[in-house]
Amino acid sequence: MSQCETSSPLVQSPGLPSTENGEPVFAEPWQAQAFGLTVHLFERGLFSWSEWAGHLSHQVHRPERAADGSDYFEAWVAALTHLLVEKGIADEASVFALQQSWQRAAEATPHGRPIELSNDPMAKPRQAGNCL
Amino acid sequence: MSGQDHHHDHDHPHDDHHEHAHDHDHENHYSDMQARVRALETLLTEKGLVDPAAIDAIVETYETKVGPRNGARVVATAWSDPDFADWLKRDATAAISSLGYTGRQGEHMRAVFNTEETHNLVVCTLCSCYPWSVLGLPPVWYKAPAYRSRAVIDPRGVLSEFGLDLPEETKIRVWDSTAELRYLVVPVRPQGTKGWTVEQLADLVTRDSMIGTGLARQPEVLR
Repeated sequence: MSQCETSSPLVQSPGLPSTENGEPVFAEPWQAQAFGLTVHLFERGLFSWSEWAGHLSHQVHRPERAADGSDYFEAWVAALTHLLVEKGIADEASVFALQQSWQRAAEATPHGRPIELSNDPMAKPRQAGNCL
Repeated sequence: MSGQDHHHDHDHPHDDHHEHAHDHDHENHYSDMQARVRALETLLTEKGLVDPAAIDAIVETYETKVGPRNGARVVATAWSDPDFADWLKRDATAAISSLGYTGRQGEHMRAVFNTEETHNLVVCTLCSCYPWSVLGLPPVWYKAPAYRSRAVIDPRGVLSEFGLDLPEETKIRVWDSTAELRYLVVPVRPQGTKGWTVEQLADLVTRDSMIGTGLARQPEVLR
């Protein structure tokens, strides 16, 4: 992972909250996870910089977005999802089904145990995840 | 943590105190966004398009630079202001949120203060609960099974692998985090920092010193 040594071009993403040194700032872990996931996909060449910037820009500038930018990473995740749908990698229905499955799994997991997707009472067998 | 398979003699178990706090009644919950990011990652992992370990490594690269600054500020404020330190000791959740750092609802913080006699070390044995509102995301080693089990069984050996050799007489307390109770270690304020500002002091506070796998930096490093 030599790319980890240097800054990813995605740090230049339009509107990304960052420090004066240009390091991204995350308000919650899922935001960092979404960022890391996107950087990883970009490094693997799944999409180009201009494709990413275009999708993100479109989502960030939707009229329903918060004026103070507090839902920036919601826009980020929407942009990533749309990009994956456009590439035929994912479809909205299966992402949403998996999202609900993770939520059921979280509710069904006894406190103090790692939340795993297989804990979803309605789940089909899949590989396990980790807790955050 | 170094990955070496190093079996340490268990000759200090009596000094080492292990606190459990796993008896809270609380349901786990994922917000829509947490669950959605999880869902995307699962889907892409299943298709072989991403490697979760690589994502962790990327996140760590960015997050370690930014996240722990919040915690450093909490510690530096406690060093400078005895009233704040008292408050932090009594009600860390409120004291920390007074500085603008708040976690998810229902998440409580406890600050554990190192002294000359006692060193505190934080772990989450069951998963990887971590005070991310003050420390950002957990380092990869914090989530590794080796750290999670050995921090409890052999804290002195683990600390020594981090390059921290404590005197025999120093007592080590290991604190086991949960989803709703998370710990922040307040390291001992280094000597020779009289009159320093909160900002100067915060530069001495490393992430590892707030987990307990390190000490605060010495003032010489900033000169």
